[in-house]
Amino acid sequence: MTATLPPEAPTDQATTPAVPAVPAVPAPLTHLPTYDEDAAPAVPRASLGRLSPDEKFSRLGPWAAALGLSWLLTQQLLPLAGPAWFVVVWFGLGLALTATTAAMSGGSTEVRDRLAEALVTGGAVVVAGVLVTTVYDVVSQGWRPLTHLNFFLDDMAGVGPKDSFDRGGVAHAVVGSLIELGIALVITLPLGIGTAVFMTEVGGRFATLVRTVVEAMTALPSIVAGLFVYTVLIRALGYPRSGLAAALAIAVMMLPIIARAADVVLRVVPSGLREASLALGASRWRTVWCVVLPTARPGLATAVILGVARGIGETSPVLLTSGAAAFLVADPSEGAMNSLPLYIFSLVRSGEPTAITRAYGAAAVLLGLVLLLFVVARLLARPRGTRPSLRTRLVTRLRQAPSISQENR
Amino acid sequence: MTTLPLPGTDDDVRPRRISRRATGADAVFEHASRAVGASVLVVTGGVGLFLAWQAYPTLDRYGWSFFTETQWQPEADVVGIAAVLAGTASVALVAMAFAFPLALLTALYISEYAPARLRSTLVSLVDLMAAIPSIVYGLWGFSLVMPHAAELALWLHRNLGWIPLFDVRGSDPDAAVWDASRYTASAFCAGIAVAAMVMPMSCAVMRQVFSQTPPGEKEAALALGSTRWGMIRTVVLPFGRGGIIGGTMLGLGRALGETIAVFLIVSPAFELKWNVLEIGTSTVSALIAGRFGEASDAQLSALLAAGFVLFLITLVVNTLAAVVVGRSRSGAGTDA
Repeated sequence: MTATLPPEAPTDQATTPAVPAVPAVPAPLTHLPTYDEDAAPAVPRASLGRLSPDEKFSRLGPWAAALGLSWLLTQQLLPLAGPAWFVVVWFGLGLALTATTAAMSGGSTEVRDRLAEALVTGGAVVVAGVLVTTVYDVVSQGWRPLTHLNFFLDDMAGVGPKDSFDRGGVAHAVVGSLIELGIALVITLPLGIGTAVFMTEVGGRFATLVRTVVEAMTALPSIVAGLFVYTVLIRALGYPRSGLAAALAIAVMMLPIIARAADVVLRVVPSGLREASLALGASRWRTVWCVVLPTARPGLATAVILGVARGIGETSPVLLTSGAAAFLVADPSEGAMNSLPLYIFSLVRSGEPTAITRAYGAAAVLLGLVLLLFVVARLLARPRGTRPSLRTRLVTRLRQAPSISQENR
Repeated sequence: MTTLPLPGTDDDVRPRRISRRATGADAVFEHASRAVGASVLVVTGGVGLFLAWQAYPTLDRYGWSFFTETQWQPEADVVGIAAVLAGTASVALVAMAFAFPLALLTALYISEYAPARLRSTLVSLVDLMAAIPSIVYGLWGFSLVMPHAAELALWLHRNLGWIPLFDVRGSDPDAAVWDASRYTASAFCAGIAVAAMVMPMSCAVMRQVFSQTPPGEKEAALALGSTRWGMIRTVVLPFGRGGIIGGTMLGLGRALGETIAVFLIVSPAFELKWNVLEIGTSTVSALIAGRFGEASDAQLSALLAAGFVLFLITLVVNTLAAVVVGRSRSGAGTDA
């Protein structure tokens, strides 16, 4: 590119002599860089693909070295005994050695990259540790009652806090939890999903208002939901504490959560599908029922089941509304009813070691129940329909087998 | 064989009238879903209005002193939420101090560093952690974490005790036998348990946003010679800023309202203080859980007022989170 000189350039030059003289013949100002194909790259970069054995060694080596060094420092030399110091010093030394190793082969960019990788991985390991220790803590402290069959089949009628584990169990709490949750689900499922359908499919100014209020109410702390039902149903209207009241409290808490989650899921259904269905002449109702809801089914299942998992584990609304029965109650409208979180809570507060162990056993049961729900949610959420069923695939494979083998070979 | 209809041959065929008004089954559907929406609006909005209505007498009676008084002694007609609000804030802030870095690092690990085969498993594990009941985290914090947290608190007091935040009154950090009971049942211990509870939630939001980073921009950064961390710093983090802030605030909103984990761990104390490591604090929700049973009608109204204030705070936090996520570039990609 050639630069054309402005005509007033000489006058500028006369007034400001500090500016170097502009050459009369414009020299080429830009040039293409020349590459030396054989030269080593100016800054060597680590490859982004699979790690070579060298790189693997330089990543794992520092941590192995730090392990030994940390043991030497904390357990042998310095007065920092205990596993906590050992792990902390190991992590610190590992970071330092990683940085040193990276500095040996690269510049500060590599050091920062390697340190960030170690830090991020370390954070993830801490979180994994939290999950593992949570499960371990519950199971290790609560396995003793779990070995007795009556723990799953009996209730706590006539069982004192000091009685041994071959008496009493959590059956009443499990049944209570399931009944309360069932009632809450019967209320929230149609209302929640119906509201989500209204907000996404019908729309309008009123739907915006509903969405605003529902989103605001997801902020309602669960204890305040419980307090609401307690004030209205039990104090003002004079009903006794019952499973029904607890179910209503859980429903008040869960309804905005499920409605909002379902709304998010329905909103990401591609509008092309909706328009295709409408263009084929389907009514809006048929479109929602036959296109939108089946498309969103996995997401809806996940939203609902995660809401259920939240509802089954929430203690505070139940604490205020259900009362705690020590025996099996099957009728939710008839007096006090126990549930798993409340059972755990009351046993832990009792302070009796046997009762606390029993509470941990119940917590293990609750954890297992949540895990079960979670696995069911995952199974339901697996995208189905995009892939034909196993039987169809086998049949087509068998029919096409000769032709495929001929084509391929 | 098909023929094109010639214009003007069929005079009796008129274009059908187009109307957006729903007819037949559609009208039923529209009105039914509108009724469902209205009923949900009445129920959820009713809860909020009821709380405000019930809180009004208390707020009217005590006025500003409701927010400045630290003691909660309804029998002496002294009711205020200053101490419990401060306790709520301190527990939530301790929780976020632990949960924010861990959530960010875990989200980055899952979306950027984890092997592709493990990724979906890790996502499920984080979701599972979010589904673990809070009472289980309460038990975890109560029995497993509290002794270690007390030791950490002692160490912080011994080395950073000159900062008022880490001071523990009534305890000598250099004593030969340390007074462990001064360091347990504190906002710090409760905060750790709450952190374990809210961390997966924030992490899930952050990971969701990180995974929406345009792959073209990431690859461009790598193609320009960036390291993986350079790519994260210049592409993923700026893109996900909205998600980071929004996820953190969602976690904060949950941490503010957490009841049982806090109620199990802290020993109640009504005192306005900075010392998060020191025994004793109280939060609004723990106050409600502890006092609802023996409350008279007036006291119940005071508790409802406290709950209403808590609800307003979480509402503000959640709304800010929604606005931040919605405004940012990362929020735009969710609507496919």
